Amino acid sequence: MADAHTSLSSKDVAHVARLARLHLDDATIESYRTQLTSVLSHIARLGQVDTTGVDPMAHPMDTTNRLDDDEAGPVLSIDQVLMNAPAREGDFIAVPKVLGGDSA
Amino acid sequence: MNRPDATAVASAIRAGALRAVDHARATLDAIDGANPGLNAYREVFHDAALDRADAVDDMVAAGRDPGPLAGVCVALKDNIATTLGQTTCSSRMLKGYRSPFDATVVTRLVAAGAVIVGKTNMDEFAMGSSSETCAWGVVRNPHDPSRTPGGSSGGSAAAMAAGLCDLSLGSDTGGSIRQPAAFCGVVGLKPTYGRISRWGLVAFGSSLDQIGPFAATVRDAALAYGVMAGVDAHDSTSAAVAVEDWQATPAIDPKSLRVGVPSQYLSNNDPAVTQALDRALASLRAAGATIVDIDLPMTDHGISTYYVIAPAEASSNLARFDGIRYGHRAAQRAGEGLEELYARSRSEGFGAEVQRRIMLGTYVLSSGYYDAYYDRALRIRRLIKQEFDTAFGQCDVILGPTAPTAAFTIGGVTDPLQMYMNDVYTVNTNIAGIAGINLPGGSDCSSGHALPVGLHLQAPAFAESRLLRASELLERLLSA
Repeated sequence: MADAHTSLSSKDVAHVARLARLHLDDATIESYRTQLTSVLSHIARLGQVDTTGVDPMAHPMDTTNRLDDDEAGPVLSIDQVLMNAPAREGDFIAVPKVLGGDSA
Repeated sequence: MNRPDATAVASAIRAGALRAVDHARATLDAIDGANPGLNAYREVFHDAALDRADAVDDMVAAGRDPGPLAGVCVALKDNIATTLGQTTCSSRMLKGYRSPFDATVVTRLVAAGAVIVGKTNMDEFAMGSSSETCAWGVVRNPHDPSRTPGGSSGGSAAAMAAGLCDLSLGSDTGGSIRQPAAFCGVVGLKPTYGRISRWGLVAFGSSLDQIGPFAATVRDAALAYGVMAGVDAHDSTSAAVAVEDWQATPAIDPKSLRVGVPSQYLSNNDPAVTQALDRALASLRAAGATIVDIDLPMTDHGISTYYVIAPAEASSNLARFDGIRYGHRAAQRAGEGLEELYARSRSEGFGAEVQRRIMLGTYVLSSGYYDAYYDRALRIRRLIKQEFDTAFGQCDVILGPTAPTAAFTIGGVTDPLQMYMNDVYTVNTNIAGIAGINLPGGSDCSSGHALPVGLHLQAPAFAESRLLRASELLERLLSA
């Protein structure tokens, strides 16, 4: 398609990996560069389809939000919520320090 | 492989002619014997299944009806949440994950008397067409162990084909029930989008995903479908459309049935696939059905449209796996920030195909490319839907092959794009949100093994009764 690049550079792939929060080594970036370029070249054929006057369809049901009544229902216990947490401290999930260091 | 179908099992158990516990024990023995060679199951619930079967027998003894699935042994794809055992999506990311709740389909099956026997292997996060991306090893096809069972619901299809359950569940985002059903020679139903609750199904492409059954016969698939279908308060995309009792609808008179065959479904098929389709068409014609030549030119754009929409939705859905609340967390390194921990956890936890699709989805949604890829794909999605609407004005159901080939060899397809082309006939069903089913249609004997070949029927949204009636007819004609 006219305004889409179908040939990716290693820099493009590294940028997308950063957006996707994936940690890829150089060899993986190179193999994804080749594979994604091939898939995107195939997808570029969509540029041949005339979509003038056609609205986007995000969902087969063209549905709108269905809202529940504003009433409290059953909820999971703290232990159930935290049962799969990789690191726990009391009723909290433990994570590395977010503030401090460079961002302080 | 010679088991009575699930309908027969349930009626024997309800009548007290068969004990659920004996049936469950025989099923567990069959699994223990065959699963090491097939790798269809990741986990088998020996004790829980026998306890549950005992409870079913107790109900029968007390004169109470356990329900339409009394004592029926069901296998679940490992992306369906169960409080029993683990729910891993065949990913290292979810190794050891235990769901605090049961999926709605599990609750409904159990309430109908089913015995859950285990969780089946799949392509990681349902991304694949061969079950080779499973983190717990490849699944093998019972008809030829050197071949894949298809995917992504390959374990459920293989378990069904090998007689290691009475029914199994899969999920279908672009063909992940129908293609493995074709490769394994069983019935596989993908209902209309929204027909069956997705509550408890780990999300892949939320506007495409649908749960459905694998079964030995059309009546069994319909039985499982009937138990699971219907609106669910937990899933706001489950459809508030009444579920018909398909058996209360009149059987189809073949003479009034119009079967549409799109010209786009006829080229690029292996000879055995063409033969199976020709045989089905000949038997339908002989029974008096009208075969209508139809045109679905958008078929050729299905894979491209799908590989924009599905990865886009997947990249968003899988953003939740960051190693913080659940799932794999990388070992912490001194001085490392949270963002680097997310990235390393994700790249350690996700396999290559999952990361490839996250990359593709992130790219098509990224600034500068959104309009050219994602927005355009959504417009073509509407054209695909409109094309089906027009076609269903000319015919009642659409018939074609489920896949262009029979099962391929494990390791035989290494190029991602070539793998994606397997789903050329099935993705548009999901893109349009309509219903589709695989029926065993014949065999491909060119390799020396009799490999199943699948036929694909499609029907309009919420026309499952019509789809099941037409399937029943074709099943009967093909067995004659």
